[in-house]
Order: sequence, then C-alpha cells, then structure tokens
Amino acid sequence: MNGFFDIPSDLQHSWSGLIGLHLREALLPVAAGLLLALPLAQLCVRFRRLYPPVLGATTVLYAIPSLAFFVVLIDYTGQSELTVMIPLAVYSLVVLVPAIVDGVRSVPGETLAAATAMGFGPVRRYLQVQLPIAAPAIVAGLRVATASSISLVSVGALIGNQGALGNLLAAAQKYDRPELAVNAVLTMAALAILCDALLVLLRTLLTPWMPRGTRRPRPAARSRRPEPEAATR
Amino acid sequence: MNVLHFINAFFSDGAHWHGYDGIPQRLLEHVRYTLLALALATAIGLPVGLVTGHTGRGGNALAFVANAARALPSFGLLVLVVLLIGFGLLPVMIPLVVLAVPPILVTTYEAVRSVDPSPVDAARGMGMRESRILLRVELPVALPLILSGLRSAAIQIVSTATIAAYVSLGGLGRYIVDGLYQRDYEKVVGGATLVAVLALLTLAVFWAAGRLAVSPGVRGR
Repeated sequence: MNGFFDIPSDLQHSWSGLIGLHLREALLPVAAGLLLALPLAQLCVRFRRLYPPVLGATTVLYAIPSLAFFVVLIDYTGQSELTVMIPLAVYSLVVLVPAIVDGVRSVPGETLAAATAMGFGPVRRYLQVQLPIAAPAIVAGLRVATASSISLVSVGALIGNQGALGNLLAAAQKYDRPELAVNAVLTMAALAILCDALLVLLRTLLTPWMPRGTRRPRPAARSRRPEPEAATR
Repeated sequence: MNVLHFINAFFSDGAHWHGYDGIPQRLLEHVRYTLLALALATAIGLPVGLVTGHTGRGGNALAFVANAARALPSFGLLVLVVLLIGFGLLPVMIPLVVLAVPPILVTTYEAVRSVDPSPVDAARGMGMRESRILLRVELPVALPLILSGLRSAAIQIVSTATIAAYVSLGGLGRYIVDGLYQRDYEKVVGGATLVAVLALLTLAVFWAAGRLAVSPGVRGR
C-alpha cells in the first residue's frame, strides 16, 4: 500500500518511535500494577476477611471506562503520558490481584507444611515456594493485562495526541488516509501477540517442572476461576 | 474547582436534561448500542461455548480465536471500519461485538467444562439425551460463571460504546468528545460520571439476574 509508513510529521515520531512510545506507555503500567498487586494480594491471602471488600472495590474500579478515567485525570496530571498510564496501571491491578490471590491460594497445604518443616521462614517460603507455584496463574493475569493495556493506550489519542500508535488513527481520519489506520491496527495487534508469546515463554522458563510439549491443557493445573477478566475497553 | 464541583454544575444545568442532546436521549442511545452489541455477541458466543464445553472439543481453537480477538485494539478497529465502510450503526457494532465475544465464549466453555462430572454421568445413566443434559444439568450448574462472563462483556461494551461518539454516533460519549473539543470540562466530567454510573448499574443488573436465575442449590455452594 502506498504511503503505508509515511507518518504525518505532526506526530513528531517515526513508525519505530511510535512503537517504542506505545510499548512504554502500555508496559510500564502493567509493571506498576504487578508491583502494587503482589503485596496487596499477599495481604488478602494472609487476612482472608480482607479479600471480599478488595474484590468489590476492584470490580467497581474496573467498571470505570478508560476515556472517563483519562479525562477526569486531566485536571490533575494534564494532557500527559501519566494521564494515560495511571488508569492502565489501575486496570492491570484489578486484573492481577484476583489472579495472584487464586494462584497463591491454590498452593497445597502439604507443600507449605513441608517448606515450614524444612526451616523456611515466611518470606523465603513466599519467594521460593508460593510465588513459583503460583507463576502460571500470575502469568495468565499478566497476559490479559498486557493485551488490554496495549489496546487501551490508543484511546489516549482522544485526549490530545497521547495515544502513541493510536495517534495514527486520529491522523488517518484527519488526512483521510485509511492505510495509516490499517498500519496502526496491525502494529498494535502484532505487539499484543508478540508480548503474549514472550509471556508464554516466560511461564515455560519459570516453571521447568511442568511437562512440556503437551498441547492439551491439563485440567488439574487449572484454577477454579477460569481466567482473569479482561479489561479491554 | 474540583471534579465534584463540575459534576454538580453539569447535572444542575436544566439545559442538559431535554432535547436531542439531553441526558435521557443520550442515555437511551447508549443503552440501545449496549443491548444490541451484547445480544449479537451472546448469540455468537453462548451457543458455541456451550456446545464446545459440552463435547470438550475445540478448546485450543477457541483459545486461539479468543487471543486473536483480544489482540485487536477496539478503538483502532472502530476507526478503521468507519474509514473503510463509512458512518453508521454497523461500523460501531463490529468492534463492540469483537470485544465482547471472547469473554463470553471462553467463560462459557470453561464454565461448562468445570461442571462436576458425577451429576452429568448420573443424568446420562438416567437416560437423558445429550441436549437435555446440556440444558437441564450443565447449564444451571455453570450459570454463575456464564453470567460473570456476560457481565464482564457487558461492562466492556458500556465503556467502549463511549468511543462511538468519536465517529459521530450518539450515546454518552458525545458529552466527553464534544466537551473535549469545546474545552467544556464540565460536560466532559458529567459524561464520564454518567458512563461510570451506567457501568455500575450494569453490575447491579447482573447481580440481580444472578439472584433470580441461579438455583439456590448452586448458589449455596
């Protein structure tokens, strides 16, 4: 297609520059969400009564639309990258907390007792036993959070050029060049698939004890909650 | 001048309550888009999820389709479809349905798969036909999870229907998009509040539907 990579100069970035910007705006919030979700989830595991209210609060946060979230934040953080990244971090947190809690809770009691009997303290037991066993559930949450984050960054174009690849969509409309929209959609989809594949690879590396090459998912390894709810708006 | 002040100013302005750009009209449009998209996505996702979950076949294909659909950015898809086929209701429905099908499909499949096999075997032993087993045994037990999939799809549609305003349709997004271009912050915050309230109402509707539809025996567990 002609002019597929001719990015209008008012975006002030090349195609690869937009990709880098997009990845940063999408992945930093997921990382921030994970850092916040780990201690929060551990609190919920430790104090069981805390979990229902936390789950309720995250469900309500999850119900706030991204565009609404962005525009309310403009008053505080301006039309900046931060305005886009804060809501994305909140959505990641919402997806990750239940995923981590379910993952950590699914560790069998005998395993924990064995670790304690071997002289593991609570911190070492958490880091070396609970987290690795919960890794598949955590990675499942990260996959959903990453895919939705990559998709949602583009909505940032609506609050004034903060959408990275999403700005291409605005440009496609402004200059009536559909090929730019095709470029944006395909690039974002490719980024989402690539990140998803990397996370699957990460899970394989983190769980060397799992049998490999089995295409059929093992029912026993699944948690009761089938998969974290996506937060794609 | 904080957000609460803007919300108050928006809702106490009488001009926002009637006419083609009034709150009742925009709310009605938004609800209409949401119901239409949810009905279409359910018509696609629910039967496929039920049948594949019952037979237990096609799980990998399902996961692949769901992942692929999830990778597509809805906002990007919306702009692209509008550029390709023009303005109207159809170009808005396409991204909304693409957005809503994966959660419905995957949760329904997993919900039916995770039904305890012993009552299913008992039903089969009593001579129930497969279709009756699916509808009378598996569906009621799987209903809470299926409803949670529908709920998550509905909330995503309510939120995403906001961006329909970007391509000249109505709905509550109108206030947000117009407000941004008119630098009318009061309007933006008012619209955002309305969408968030509608999303919370959706949660409440699904909670009530769960209370009504889920059998007490299943709920009590």
